[in-house]
Amino acid sequence: MTTSNEPPKLYAAREPVFPRRVSGNFRNLKWVVMAITLAIYYVTPWIRFDRGPSLPDQAVLLDLANRRFFFFWIEIWPHEFYFVAGLLIMAGLGLFLFTSALGRVWCGYSCPQTVWTDLFFTVERWIEGDRNARVRLWNAKWDARKIRLRLFKWAVWLAIAVATGGAWVFYFTDAPTLLGNLFTGQAHPAAYTTIAILTATTFVFGGFMREQVCIYMCPWPRIQAAMMDEHSITVAYRDWRGEPRGKHRKAEGADQLGDCIDCNACVNVCPVGIDIRDGQQLECITCALCIDACDDMMAKVGKERGLIDYMALTDEENERAGNKKVSIWKHIFRPRTIIYTILWSGIGIGLTVALFMRGNIDMTVAPVRNPLYVTLSDGTIRNTYDIRLRNMTHDDAQFALSVVSDAALEISLEGEEGIFVTVPADETHLQRVYVLAAPDSAAATSARTDIRFWIENMATTERSSQDSSFVGKDTQ
Amino acid sequence: MTDHKTDHHNDPTLQAGDPETTGHSWDGIKEFNNPLPRWWLWTFYACIVWGLGYTIAYPAWPLLKEATPGFLGYSTRANVVADIAEFDAMNVGLREALERVELTSVTPQDTPDLYNYAIQGGAATFRTWCAQCHGSGAAGVQAAGYPNLLDDDWLWGGSIEDIHYTVAHGIRNEDDPDARYSQMTAFEGMIPDEEITAVVHHVLAISGQEHDAGLAMAGAEVYSYNCASCHGEEGLGDRFLGAPNLTDAIWLYGGSPEKIEETVRYSRFGVMPNWTDRLSEAEIRSVALYVHSLGGGE
Repeated sequence: MTTSNEPPKLYAAREPVFPRRVSGNFRNLKWVVMAITLAIYYVTPWIRFDRGPSLPDQAVLLDLANRRFFFFWIEIWPHEFYFVAGLLIMAGLGLFLFTSALGRVWCGYSCPQTVWTDLFFTVERWIEGDRNARVRLWNAKWDARKIRLRLFKWAVWLAIAVATGGAWVFYFTDAPTLLGNLFTGQAHPAAYTTIAILTATTFVFGGFMREQVCIYMCPWPRIQAAMMDEHSITVAYRDWRGEPRGKHRKAEGADQLGDCIDCNACVNVCPVGIDIRDGQQLECITCALCIDACDDMMAKVGKERGLIDYMALTDEENERAGNKKVSIWKHIFRPRTIIYTILWSGIGIGLTVALFMRGNIDMTVAPVRNPLYVTLSDGTIRNTYDIRLRNMTHDDAQFALSVVSDAALEISLEGEEGIFVTVPADETHLQRVYVLAAPDSAAATSARTDIRFWIENMATTERSSQDSSFVGKDTQ
Repeated sequence: MTDHKTDHHNDPTLQAGDPETTGHSWDGIKEFNNPLPRWWLWTFYACIVWGLGYTIAYPAWPLLKEATPGFLGYSTRANVVADIAEFDAMNVGLREALERVELTSVTPQDTPDLYNYAIQGGAATFRTWCAQCHGSGAAGVQAAGYPNLLDDDWLWGGSIEDIHYTVAHGIRNEDDPDARYSQMTAFEGMIPDEEITAVVHHVLAISGQEHDAGLAMAGAEVYSYNCASCHGEEGLGDRFLGAPNLTDAIWLYGGSPEKIEETVRYSRFGVMPNWTDRLSEAEIRSVALYVHSLGGGE
């Protein structure tokens, strides 16, 4: 704290953080989550899935050039983008659910910033040693050893960063082809640019920015603060049990002290460089490594685990009053989380049903409104429609078009003799369609007649329809 | 800032070791006066350097006549020109094919790429050069002398070759000796007014509109003597002369008795420019194919 005569400092340098190695249940869980998330990220683009000769065989592919999303047996066309929107809504609700129940569990376990920073810490420890060795190296002069260690560490980080940026681009085009092209210099400049940007951000964010990203750059801690309540699980210190803290030396009034032996293990393992004993704070990503560190220490001194623990805010009052501990499940299952779960599963079920109900053929009707109608020489009134036909099957298909209405109407197709048009496999076809009403017929003379277009895939007899309207002479 | 020194001893919400507050308070919530991370300052400086560099690299500083060009030579206009050149180079094969091809053979089934290229290009050309008179939807202006190109009634023919000829040479213009040409007689003063009225009723009769049967009977003779040579005995018109069909539902200048009488008295003289001087052959052919594809093509 500055003395009152000194003006306050305007800027502060980052305090370097050297987290110590730790082991325990939550550390093991984090290893598992890291292994799974990294495996999903790096391996997914290489999974093959046979879709026949005309389509890519990459299981997960965001084919932006051809406007298709492929996910194993699911193909999403541009007009079905609501599936993606639905997934994003589910992701949002999922975060609401997890945040209201488990606080910043996303930050602590599965946020890419956390996972990659954790990976970079692992590399750092492997090369430079654990906390004390790294602090010494930080303070050491730049001699040959320090330069060697630093260069080696940065080289490994850079290799990870390149692999990270490199993996990203494989999601957008055929991975084996792109990998070959990347090495021969024939890949699209967008691929190299993307890799370069993601390499740079991975290297800088994971290696150097680390907790600064969470504290200063990420909006999520602020958003989460609004979504948590007194039942949300966070990492907290049982100060009513731990205080007053102190070294438990014999004959120094150890029996007056609380359980905290002030060993600083929780501080030393913290990847964001805070002291959890100061209470809940914005910087805490709830990675639970301090719990592991403290539990380890409590076991060594023969005390009950959980001096630092996952807890809800209400537990503090409850336990201070000497009441029994509340089961963590009681915090998790409460109306708010149950409502989120219901909403989340509701949308999920809706999307799944929609996915299985959706047809393999589809159309969009765009009535041509300039002009509204055309009078032919015999007095026939003609309306024009641009119909986008979609053949989502993997075979060429002949579509039959027809129009259904209370009024007598005829249909004809531009450039085709009859009512049939061929749409190639996995493609769309824009067909101009004319609907004709005989001179002085009901549809020709009235302002508006409801009509329905039908398409039928002649090979599979699958049908689909869309409503539109026919405009007659009475429009003015 | 020194005005807002915090007295930690008198403020129960603060603990020893807390930083000073800024002195601001919102509903009792106070703001610590913590220092900014230094890297923010460097980021800020980096942004300034980037901004300055940007204004040197790209067009930025306004001068009297134009802005500084920037040493990268970036220009959206030049980019457009380059993009157009690239597009043209990409489609040079299609364009040359379009200039040589028999127009009737360009169909969506047989030559899909060429057809698509011609229709898309023709639509763009149409909107640029033709829409002023014929409308962006090609429906013309009803009863005002600008023909609707969507219907099945064609003064000079609706086959692809006929349309192509009309676009290339125009109608009744003085610039092109090959322009389509014909001229209807203005009958005012040539024949008595009663005969004009009678022939108007004859035309109303053959086009199935309300008319005076007696006048129409008399008008038939007038018609046969004065009009049939161009419009035909039956009134079906003659495309060789650009003479309209008088029996159908489509009237270029309006089909009411008043409008028909106006046409008979004073004649009509619709003009269309030739486009050979202004458009390339490929563009003319594209626009002909486009118009042919709008629903009225024969």
